[in-house]
Amino acid sequence: MKQKFKNLFSGGLGQLTIPLIAILLLVIFNLIRDPSFFSIGIMHNNDGNVVLAGNLISIINGASELAILAMGMTLVTAACGGQDISVGAAAAIAGSVFVKVLKSTSEITGLTVVLAFLCACIVAMLFGAFNGTLVAIFKIQPMIATLILYTCGRSIAYWINGGATPTVSSPIITALGGFIPGIPVPTPVIIVLVAGIVLKLVFRFTSLQLFTQSVGINGSAAHLNGINEKFIKMLSFVILGVCVAIAGSIGVSRLGLINHETLLIDIEMDTILAVAIGGNSLGGGKFKISGSIIGAYVIQMLTITLYAMKVSSTDVKAYKAIVIVLLVVIGSPVVKKKVDKLMMRIRKSKDRNTVKGAQS
Amino acid sequence: MKKKNGVYREPLTNTQLLMTITIGIFVVLYLLAMILLGGGFLHAQQIFDMLNDNASLIIVSCGLTIVMIGGGIDISVGAVSSLVVMSCVLYLNNGGNIFFSILLALGIGLAFGAVQGFLVSYLEIQPFIVTLAGMFFARGMTTILSVNPQKVAHEGFAALRDIKIESSLLGYTAKNGNLVPARIELGVVVAFFCVIVIFVLLKYLRLGRSFYAIGGNQTSAMMLGINVKRARFLSYLICGLLSGISGYVLMMHTGAGNATNAAGMEMNAIASSIIGGTLLTGGVGNVVGTCFGTLTLTTIKKIVVSSGLNDPWWQSITTGGMLCFFILLQSVVLGRRAKKLSRPV
Repeated sequence: MKQKFKNLFSGGLGQLTIPLIAILLLVIFNLIRDPSFFSIGIMHNNDGNVVLAGNLISIINGASELAILAMGMTLVTAACGGQDISVGAAAAIAGSVFVKVLKSTSEITGLTVVLAFLCACIVAMLFGAFNGTLVAIFKIQPMIATLILYTCGRSIAYWINGGATPTVSSPIITALGGFIPGIPVPTPVIIVLVAGIVLKLVFRFTSLQLFTQSVGINGSAAHLNGINEKFIKMLSFVILGVCVAIAGSIGVSRLGLINHETLLIDIEMDTILAVAIGGNSLGGGKFKISGSIIGAYVIQMLTITLYAMKVSSTDVKAYKAIVIVLLVVIGSPVVKKKVDKLMMRIRKSKDRNTVKGAQS
Repeated sequence: MKKKNGVYREPLTNTQLLMTITIGIFVVLYLLAMILLGGGFLHAQQIFDMLNDNASLIIVSCGLTIVMIGGGIDISVGAVSSLVVMSCVLYLNNGGNIFFSILLALGIGLAFGAVQGFLVSYLEIQPFIVTLAGMFFARGMTTILSVNPQKVAHEGFAALRDIKIESSLLGYTAKNGNLVPARIELGVVVAFFCVIVIFVLLKYLRLGRSFYAIGGNQTSAMMLGINVKRARFLSYLICGLLSGISGYVLMMHTGAGNATNAAGMEMNAIASSIIGGTLLTGGVGNVVGTCFGTLTLTTIKKIVVSSGLNDPWWQSITTGGMLCFFILLQSVVLGRRAKKLSRPV
């Protein structure tokens, strides 16, 4: 039993250890602080739907965009050994296209929403391909390559919007960002679930995961083995583009308007953080998408916990930083080695003591 | 190595080549602006204005250049400067004196540099995450100190702030016939001093050369007997110190603390360093190039404004385009050189 327990922490869960411990600590902390934190209520919202409400729901709901972006970011990180810092800006562009297409149609129906989403997808994929070209063909570091779109992305969104913050109001959009009548679970959560399942199926039936990992670990070795290195890198950016379009559309639907300055602001940093907390190496190589998704929920849980403690939204960052540093210090290889050594020494001295005890 | 006039000429190093390209492009851009747009670009004050507005950015970019040469990244610099401004303003307004406010600025910068350097070099945590946390912490602390903008109401500081070097020789005649002398703020002098010190450090001192060594190839640097961890730690420490100085210079320029001070400065600093020919992979870069990087970035923005593209989005879109141009240029030039050098002679 003891052995099993030890395995669980040292190697059984592998890279998921840190994010799971983080969630566990947050849950325990919240239970001690206020046991009613996790209570889930059923209430009627403004449209008269029966919906679930509570902190737990708002955590899972609020982390939807982050979780979707973290999926794509994990792939990019694994294949290219670098991060895309333009996701927030690209999401603003995708959201603007989404609204622009909806606005240009005379009536908003299910078909036009799908059409608008497809347009947003195509635009986001094109920008992803642009980043991918710089990274894969011109061999520029991902962070530098995406700095271009980071600098000008929100301005391009502003330009698409024509210098305004247009609004869309339609029951379909409200349902996309909130609740579908008759289903008590928030729609963004369902979208995350569907995206996760689709990605899982893709990994199950294609060799994308294996190819991505081998490109990330050693690009030239992968190339010699017949894997098209450039294509895989490009593909990871295009997939991230799809994720960006989904996240941007959810973000727009939640508010019913597009504001290029505030839509998913600073989400690139949170996304990279989610990938890192998930135990994925930011230098590329092996990855676990589930780790990144759990990382996204850790971040959102931390934020909501701080809000519940009456920390103002601008101050949250400082506390978040402390928790992040603690997490990465615990996860750092040097600290791990030191702790292992210390444990070894304690065990040895214990053994010696028992031996001595037996002798005497 | 080509033989010319009986003397062996070393080919330019990557650092020199990229710096030369940047300086060349800056000069060409500025000359084009002078010829095509005229107006303000013909006055010397235009350059001085660019320096006055960007003294703090130049200092921060120099610090970032050092970290980038060592193969790291520091995205907390802008936030640290902002925190320095806010805390110094509050300290001065609550009856502090100038000397200790300068010490406070340097202390905050050094503290951030030391903690981040320790985490990155001795605990081997990814620099991006560490400095991201540093950025969050500094921004959060700034708003915890004060959400509302604070203006400095300290007589001694006002006197210090108003010290300007004036030169009527470089001045111009205004429309009403008065001679307006050219003005340089004290911050520019500080920035100039910082650039020279760092230039000497990087070029002639052992510590500076070790930054290039660890950025170029960490393993061979270690085999050469360089204390890699200590050098990396010191690069972050210097960068932190410079963010502190930059915060103070920013305060002298704006005279007020604001939660959104220096917003986006870290990305501007990274862009300046890249345009100036520093590679994020490490081992290549130069502070003089970085200075010209900052100036090029500013010149582009000024050109956009004075050529009549008044819509608010054009500035960042052209900046992005320019950044794209520089990044592609570097990639192509370095790629060709690498091919040429690897070819058997």
